[in-house]
Amino acid sequence: MNAIVPTSPNIVIIGAGPAGVRAAQTLVEAGLHPIVIDENRRAGGQIYRQPPPGFVRSKKELYGFEAAKAEALHSSFDQLRPAIDYRPDTLVWNCMPGHPGQLDLLHAQRHAEQPYSHLILCTGALDRIMPFPGWTLPGVYTLGAAQVALKAQGCVLDGRVVIAGSGPLLYLLAYQYVKAGADVVAVLDTARFGGKLRALPALLRQSVTFAKGLYFMGWLRAKGIPLIDGVEQIAADGKHTIQSLRWTRGGKTTEIACDALATGFGLRSETQLAELAGCRFVFNELNQQWLPQRDDAGRSSVPGVYLAGDGSGIAGADAAELSGRAAALALLQDLGLPANAAAKAAAEQESRRLAQTLRSNLQFRQGLETAFPTAVHWARDCADDLVICRCEEIPAGELRRSVQQEGTVEINRLKAMTRVGMGRCQGRMCGAAAAEILAHATGVSVAEAGRLRVQAPVKPIPVSAALAAEEQT
Amino acid sequence: MSKPTDKQVNKVIDTDVAIIGGGLMGTAAALALRRQQRSVVVLEQGWCGAQASGVNYGGVRRQGRAACQLPLSQRAHGIWRRLAQTIGSDGEYIASGHLKLARSDADMQELIAYRETAAAYGLELELLEADALRRRYPWIGNQARGASLCVEDGHANPRLIAAAFARAAEQAGARLLQQSAVLECSFDGNYFTLINSRGERVRSRFLLNCSGAWGKEIAERFGETVSEQAIYPNMCVTEPLPPLMNLSLGVVGGAFYARQVERGNVVLGGGRGIGNLALDATRPRASSSFKALAALTEMVPALRNALVIRTWSGVEGETPDHQPVIGPSVTTPGLLHAFGFSGAGFQLAPAVGEVLAELVTKGESSTPIEAFSIKRFAVPQSSKEESKV
Repeated sequence: MNAIVPTSPNIVIIGAGPAGVRAAQTLVEAGLHPIVIDENRRAGGQIYRQPPPGFVRSKKELYGFEAAKAEALHSSFDQLRPAIDYRPDTLVWNCMPGHPGQLDLLHAQRHAEQPYSHLILCTGALDRIMPFPGWTLPGVYTLGAAQVALKAQGCVLDGRVVIAGSGPLLYLLAYQYVKAGADVVAVLDTARFGGKLRALPALLRQSVTFAKGLYFMGWLRAKGIPLIDGVEQIAADGKHTIQSLRWTRGGKTTEIACDALATGFGLRSETQLAELAGCRFVFNELNQQWLPQRDDAGRSSVPGVYLAGDGSGIAGADAAELSGRAAALALLQDLGLPANAAAKAAAEQESRRLAQTLRSNLQFRQGLETAFPTAVHWARDCADDLVICRCEEIPAGELRRSVQQEGTVEINRLKAMTRVGMGRCQGRMCGAAAAEILAHATGVSVAEAGRLRVQAPVKPIPVSAALAAEEQT
Repeated sequence: MSKPTDKQVNKVIDTDVAIIGGGLMGTAAALALRRQQRSVVVLEQGWCGAQASGVNYGGVRRQGRAACQLPLSQRAHGIWRRLAQTIGSDGEYIASGHLKLARSDADMQELIAYRETAAAYGLELELLEADALRRRYPWIGNQARGASLCVEDGHANPRLIAAAFARAAEQAGARLLQQSAVLECSFDGNYFTLINSRGERVRSRFLLNCSGAWGKEIAERFGETVSEQAIYPNMCVTEPLPPLMNLSLGVVGGAFYARQVERGNVVLGGGRGIGNLALDATRPRASSSFKALAALTEMVPALRNALVIRTWSGVEGETPDHQPVIGPSVTTPGLLHAFGFSGAGFQLAPAVGEVLAELVTKGESSTPIEAFSIKRFAVPQSSKEESKV
């Protein structure tokens, strides 16, 4: 144990993606022994998700341009293993603030508890769901799910695949899928090329990343994959599973036969644990989401709780690595580490540099938002029978009816009145869409529509796990 | 809350009755008072029915109540049976039956004794021995020693019921001021004056304190002593399951209570969460959830394989004797209380609303409520001064 720290802190990092791994590395370098809890079986997070052991595809094939970064992150983590308490395949389903705070865990269908003195939340993001006709049909996936299939399960969506939505990830996934031998029949982008040009100055700040995007597009075109921008009103059709996709462009409707659809409309931070940890939230205009408040280094409003990576605002994998390190440096600083004056000054200087880089990264992100705006009118235009909450099967019309007949103006009231967000996903999938419907129906902003309160468990837990825990007491 | 504008600050709303608290008690009273042509203003600090009234278990149960509550509970039962006509919505109310399980012979003796008590108030209960119980309800586990069934008790969806009462009251002409916390309240010998967080001034001849866990605070502003503490029920709900339990379940000792809703989810409670009196400041506790789930699955083994999708809590006011405070103030004429229902107010609310309306319009209740008088908390004059410190 490290002699510098008077009482051994119980530091828990949640998430072993780019942010979590770099945070752990920073703490280990300072002589600490953090606990790293990750829902996945292997470290890497979503972008650097690792295949099961024994998987034959190379990192180059799996991660393309990002292979070197993936390799670096995975090998860093492997080196950390002896110095950390690593708990893979473990869901943190609840967090109770306190001194110490407590995490409720689920591993191998068993409940466990973990006290903490410090928490670094690196909880990542999930796809933002934008409902459209047919979005609940079997065969319709999110981009994230399509990527999980590729990276963790070594397969691609079967048959003719259409990739549709908005955001740079469309082209990345299409590239990865074609490389892996998938039959990608079209890439449909709801953004227009004009928007991308407007965002050019901001995008050029990170010209390498932008160049990669252009490369993917060029590569896909060379392979003869149709790339269609300015697409509106996509709709999936099919009886028991998706059979075709329709869209309009310049008033003209087109239809393409397909067997699978991967859709992406950007990402949303996974903020449930931050809320359960008691963090204060503020509405973030760029992300159009309520996010835990954080300072430049990643300190939340709760002493001892730090935030890094996409879980507290979407900034991408490179930024996540930096913010993971920044949050860990902040934590060390708050512990009075390093004690040595020269080392302390160096750490402070690094923190400032990291904050600066992260701010510049944010400008790139703003550029991306301009290039790939979310379709703001969908909530106004969607039909009453479009299902918004798939768990509870609540259509848009029912949400609008509650506004009109019950005077509902706030998202938690909307949940109470209609059951939207009350199902298995607890609003992780439908919360944003429901808030947008509410905002349009009441004529207020999404921020004013309020924030859907989180209740444990973050994801469903089996009763049997509770029983096993109860038997132990 | 945004700051009130100058125009709002001077606004005076005159009404016959002002009600603090837009939960079930307050809105049921508002509805009953409107039927008697009284003008009503309800002041609610958050949203009507969003606190205990909307997040409780939803038991519409007479069985198990103390004898002193049974007349009121019976009266409420009559209103529940014609609920749809009363509030324009059935709120998923179903007279499913309420089964109170015994896990020991001592429990069974308790049920046998209670049956006698209830019979005196016209509440008929059917006792089932272990074999008969399992024949009728094969999904009940072997640990049950017997049960008492109240055929016409049942359950309802609190988040719909509470909202429906508020809406019915509003449609009947009550004025609901939501997001409207009471900052000041006073009585000048004739009229009550309330100032809310929106800067509005409400002046009334009667004031109803229907503020649940906050009831003590309001009573104290009029110099009344009450023992009331906040409690935080611990609730869970499973994913939707195939139909299994066709009635509301309880157990002697109260380790759990559970019902399966129409959608298939099993809603259950037991034990306590944690929290404070600020709005939305309650949390369920994993340990409480686990205990309730263990107790439930001992009685209903099939639920062992379900998934829990959400847990929650809320805030309720509990008195030392678990009886509510209902009736006139002892210090202030025109002030009427209805709070501190100790986690069992949901079923009673429609009757409490009618009783409060009777107290306003006739000066007396046609249902006995003496047991709930605030007088029972009166402290000797000498110690009163000390308690104010």
